Parts: sequence; structure tokens; C-alpha cells
Amino acid sequence: MRIVLKGETMASQFDASATAFPSRRTILKTVGVGAVGLAGIPFLAACTGGSAPSGTGSDSSGLTFGSGSSDDVPKRAYQAVTDAFTAKTGKKVTTNVVPHNDFQNKINSYLQGSPDDAFTWFAGYRMQYYAGKGLLAPIDDVWQTIGGNYSDALKKASTGPDGKMYFVPNYNYPWGFFYRKSLWAEKGYQVPATFDALKALATKMQADGIIPIGFADKDGWPAMGTFDYINMRLNGYQFHVDLCAHKESWDQQKVTSVFDTWKALLPFQDPAALGQTWQDAAKALEAKKTGMYLLGSFVTQQFTDPAVLADIEFFPFPEIAMEGRDAVEAPIDGLLLSKKGGDNKAARDFMSFMGTPEAQDAYAKVDNSNIATAKGTDTSKFTPLNKTCADTIANAKHISQFFDRDALPAMANNVMIPALQSFIKDGSVDVKNLEAQAKNLYAAQ
Amino acid sequence: MSSTARELIPPEAREPAAPVRRAKGGRVRRLSRRDKVVLSLMVGIPTLIELAMVWLPMLMSVGLSFTRWNGLDLADIRPAGTANYQFIAQDYPPFWPAVQHNMLWLLFLALIATPLGLLLAVLLDQNIRGSRIYQSIFFAPVMLSLALIGIIWQLFYQRDNGLLNFLLGTAGTPQAVDWFGDSSVNIWAVMIAATWRHAGYVMLLYLAGLKGVDPSLKEAAAIDGASAVQTFFRVVFPAMRPINIVIVVITIIESLRAFDVVYVINRGTNGLEMLSALVIQNLVGEGQVIGVGSALAVVLLVISLVPIVFYLSRTFGKENQA
Repeated sequence: MRIVLKGETMASQFDASATAFPSRRTILKTVGVGAVGLAGIPFLAACTGGSAPSGTGSDSSGLTFGSGSSDDVPKRAYQAVTDAFTAKTGKKVTTNVVPHNDFQNKINSYLQGSPDDAFTWFAGYRMQYYAGKGLLAPIDDVWQTIGGNYSDALKKASTGPDGKMYFVPNYNYPWGFFYRKSLWAEKGYQVPATFDALKALATKMQADGIIPIGFADKDGWPAMGTFDYINMRLNGYQFHVDLCAHKESWDQQKVTSVFDTWKALLPFQDPAALGQTWQDAAKALEAKKTGMYLLGSFVTQQFTDPAVLADIEFFPFPEIAMEGRDAVEAPIDGLLLSKKGGDNKAARDFMSFMGTPEAQDAYAKVDNSNIATAKGTDTSKFTPLNKTCADTIANAKHISQFFDRDALPAMANNVMIPALQSFIKDGSVDVKNLEAQAKNLYAAQ
Repeated sequence: MSSTARELIPPEAREPAAPVRRAKGGRVRRLSRRDKVVLSLMVGIPTLIELAMVWLPMLMSVGLSFTRWNGLDLADIRPAGTANYQFIAQDYPPFWPAVQHNMLWLLFLALIATPLGLLLAVLLDQNIRGSRIYQSIFFAPVMLSLALIGIIWQLFYQRDNGLLNFLLGTAGTPQAVDWFGDSSVNIWAVMIAATWRHAGYVMLLYLAGLKGVDPSLKEAAAIDGASAVQTFFRVVFPAMRPINIVIVVITIIESLRAFDVVYVINRGTNGLEMLSALVIQNLVGEGQVIGVGSALAVVLLVISLVPIVFYLSRTFGKENQA
């Protein structure tokens, strides 16, 4: 794993070429480890005063594209999109692929240094935050051409805090329970519609010697999916949004009851969760060691055997107390234009291209674990699973973006990850402490 | 007489003293202009680098630890008083476990890993057959980064496919221990992995130290009727005092900078909290909270100052007394 330094901002000041950063990062990696925490900040401070000079700024014959989609399938899928764009317009796209954890972790310094013209990112708080800080270029002109391709919910998700458009959605993917049809048919399990039915089913599975619910939280974030769903099913979508934005406090009964409800589910979730990644848990589902697995539909990327993939089915999180199953967690991934990329005509063209069914079909042809967002994309190749996922999103009244995209990143990464991990360990959580931490972190922004 | 006087002068002051003493002999030699330029460059450049890369950032870190800042615009920096320190001490759950783990790490290295390295050095110093081969084997882990060691030991520690669970006969059963995932054991598992490396390092230093001990000391002790154990603890070990001090400092530093190994395992969460990992968590990446991260860095700095001051006062204090 690579260690990314804030000091990179400094280096990028001297390094005008936006495309040269792999070597720069390698150098910094070696130089920097010792100087990490202490040395990093002031460099950043020294560098934020002026904006970075851009070497490739307004070159309209091509653009640079920063991609955090580093896994094999999405990487090839974006390659297909850029190839299609080049074939169509004759403009060259230089793609810089960065391992996705690194890409996310270094986004602050990336945006302040010399970012690529266009780059992959997410909708939600994480996009709005950087838009609000003026690090992104608004693309209202692009939306005038592609606006008709999107639903209102997607348009709303692409809007910045100032009412301007910033984001071009590519695909989204629903979170829900995935299971193997053959196993369920063999044992006679039924899809549960309510939380009580889910618990009854899980009890049955446990009696059959199966771990009912696959679970992995070594990386910390997957458990947020369970938290979000129980929260939305108990307290409604709006409460989720307000809690994430810290307009609602954490030390109230509503939050406590989320954890109390989850506690009833904990004995059914894989007890090895803290030591495994979601990929491990996906393998356990494939091996029929677990009965079902709550994750985003990207889980299907792990099922390389077509027979297994065809055997995977999806059902939305059962209803608990309110709003039935109206809300679905379906994070949207897409593209943003950096402030520097805003001057590049080719980059704007690329953004509009991404908002067309043509581009999204090119993407989906390679990576079909997600659902394209533009209207008029090709659904003829949808697998039954794709169709279930697409219907779930289409029928949802509210689409949430996942806790770490709807909330302040520091709240998600520094507070929720340790809190949820310790909750998984012993079923206890200190909501007063969560509130104290939230207060401090949101105040610092 | 003059050599004793020279001993009294602190080492850093000795060289300039030399021309002055020569001046008594009548030969006045001042530094030429060129000497001055070369000297000031040789002293000035490292000093500037030290200032720019170490002292300035350190002071700014201290400054930032009393502010709230989102890391984007300088205008966004707001004073926060000691709020960040209060936050980490009272409201930040991973902080105290991290302090405890750093202490535990220090104790483990000091009481287990370092003595183990000393033992290896003493054994390998006996001119046994294949001593060189053993030395290479024990030293090999030192050449690996701790991050790599984390990955290598993952192969031993994995729950389902790991060597350790296989040897224990628990692999694939519900009793299998997830050595890195179970927060009640993972800190110990990691410390054993770190020991694997640290012991080799200490062994190498002590081997060099043992070679440097005058054999006549041992002979004298033997003639006086001391047993091998007595010879070692009463004569050889005290004679290696300079090495011992280096080892103490290295052990403390290793325990303070323990970071990479926990970071590759699970980014320093779930039972593997470490101060250094918390600093990174709060300063680098999306979870960036500069004020809190700087406060953590300052805490780490203050703790680090203890062994540094100890080392410096030992080194220079002793020379001054001699």
C-alpha cells in the first residue's frame, strides 16, 4: 500500500506536467515516509496560496483524465469510453489510473495541485464539498445538451451547493442482499419482506449450518451499508440525510434504536467480519458458506464464473418501521471537471459525451455490474439480475448515496469506522461520544 | 597536559581551537576567504535544509494544532485554543488505546525482542559452525520494510489458509483464530512479527559490539574465577555501554514509529491503533482534520523528545564530564 503525502502538493507546484505523477509519487514515497505527519502540513500551507500553474491547461486537441477506477473491469470499461470518444471526435484522452483508495485519499492535494482535466468521482456531499470550495468547474453548458438524458433525481444529485451543475453521472449501483438462487431453492428459503421475516429466515439458516448474513468490515466502510439501511427503514430517508449533514444529533433515541435494532441482527452476521474484506465475503457467498450478503451490486465483479453469476439474485433491504422499502442506497459514480479542466474545450466535450447513452453503453459493455444512468441506454443485454437492480432503483422514491458519500468524510472515516468496528465486536456504542466527535469535526469545516 | 585539556573541550568546539593553539607556536594561520565560504556552505546548507524540512514544519504543526482548518484555503484557518487537545484526550476513542499500544510495543521490544537479539548475538559470537549463515538468516528480515513484513506474516496468520492455523489444526474450522482480525490477539501477533525484524537488527549491532570488546577483559575475568554468566553480565555487557545506549534509543524509536506494519494490515484500526497511524488517519486523505491531526503529531513529538533528550544528554553530557 502506498502512503500518500500532503507534501505532494508542493511537488506538483514544481512539476508542471500533469501526466508525470507516477514517478513523482514514487520519489515522494521514498523521501517522505519519515517526514510524514510533521512535515506535511506546512508544505500544504505554503502551497495553497496560489493556484498551480498548468502545463497542459487549454490544449484543446486532447485532455487528461484521472481515473480512480483501478480494478481491472472498470479500468477496461473506462478505456472503452475514452476510445469511443477518441474515435468519435479525434481528440486524444490521456488517462492516469490511480489505485482507488489512493485516489480518494489524496483528493484534497490532487485538486489543489495540478489535477487532470476530468476525473472520476461521486455524487453527494463529497462532490458538493469540493464544488463549494471552488475547486471544480461548473458545467451548466454541458448539462444543456445532456440534461434531457437524466431524471430529476439524478439532476438534483449532480447539482452543487450554489445551484450550478458539476457532475455527470455514469452509473449507479444499488445496495441490497445478494444470494444464490440454487441454495435458496434447495433449502426452500423465501425472500423476506419484513425485518421479522429476515430474522426468522436467518434463524432457519443458522439451524441449517449456514452463516446467514455474509459480512466483512476489515476496511471499515462496508458496515455503513447496514447502518444506513436500518437507519432509513427506522427513521426515514430525510433523517439519514440530516444525520449525515449533522443537522440531527447523534445522541438521540432515534440513533440509539438503530443500533438496538442492528444488535438483533448481529448474531446472524458473519462473526469473522473484522478480519475479512468484502472480496473474502463475496467468496464465502459463492461457496455457499453464507446465505446472503448485504453489499452493493459491485459484489458481482467477484463472481468470475458465469454459472455462479447467473445464479446470483438480489432483494432490497426488508422494511422495518416506516416508508416501506421506498429508499434505496444507490451511490452514483461519474465524472467531474477540475477547475483547470474548465478551460479545456475537449474536456467539456468529454463530459457531454459521458452523459450520452452511447458512452454509457460503451462502459456497460465491459462493466455490467452497474446500472447506466442515462435514459435510452441499451437494456437488451440486461441480465435478470441487472433488471432487478435497475427496477429497484427506478421504483425507489429516495436514493441515498451511502454514509461515506452523504456525510463529512472525516466523520465517516475517523469516527464511524472505529465506532462501527467496536459495535460489531461487542454490540455497544456510545452515541454521546459520537455526538461529541461530530460536533468537533463539523465545526472544523 | 594539553591532551587532557583537549578532552575537556566539548567535541564540537575542538576544531576551531586548533589554530589558536598553533598560534602560540608563532605560526598564525587564519581561515582563508575560500575556507570560510566552503565552511559556511557546508554548515549553512544542512542547517537550512534542517530548518526548512524539520524545524519549520514542526513549529507550524505545533501552531496548527491550536487551530481548526479544512486544509484548503489559508483564510479558513481559525483559532481553536486547546480544543483539539481536549478532543483527542476526551472524545477521540482510538487515542488512549493508541497510547497504550505504543507503550505495550515499547515494553515488548525492550523485554522480549531486544534481549532475544542479544541472545542471538551472544550465541553467534561463539564461533559455532555456520555462524555466518545463521547471521544472514536472522538479519534477512531487517532488510525488509515493515510493510512487507506485515504482508508476509499475513500468510502465516490468515484464518482459513494461514500456516499457523494449519499447524494448530484449526484451519477451516470455526475455532480458527483470525490472528490479524481478532482485536484481542492481533496486537500480539503484530508485535511478534515486528520482533522477527527487530531481533535481527539488535543482533547485528551487538555482534559488532561483542567483537569490539577487548578479549583480555574476558581473560582477566576468567583468571579471577568468574563464571561465563558472570563474565558476560559483570564485564562484557557493561563494556558495551555505548552500544547499549544506541540499542535503547533504537528500541524506543522503533516503538514510536511503529506504523507501516499496522497500516498495511488494517490501517491501524480494530485493535491495532497506533499514534503514528492516527496521525496519518487525521492528516492524510479524506478524513483530514488538520487541527486534530497536528495535535496528535505534537503529542507524538513530545513523547519522542524524551528519548532524544536522554540520548543527547548521555552522549554529550558524558563527554563533557570525562
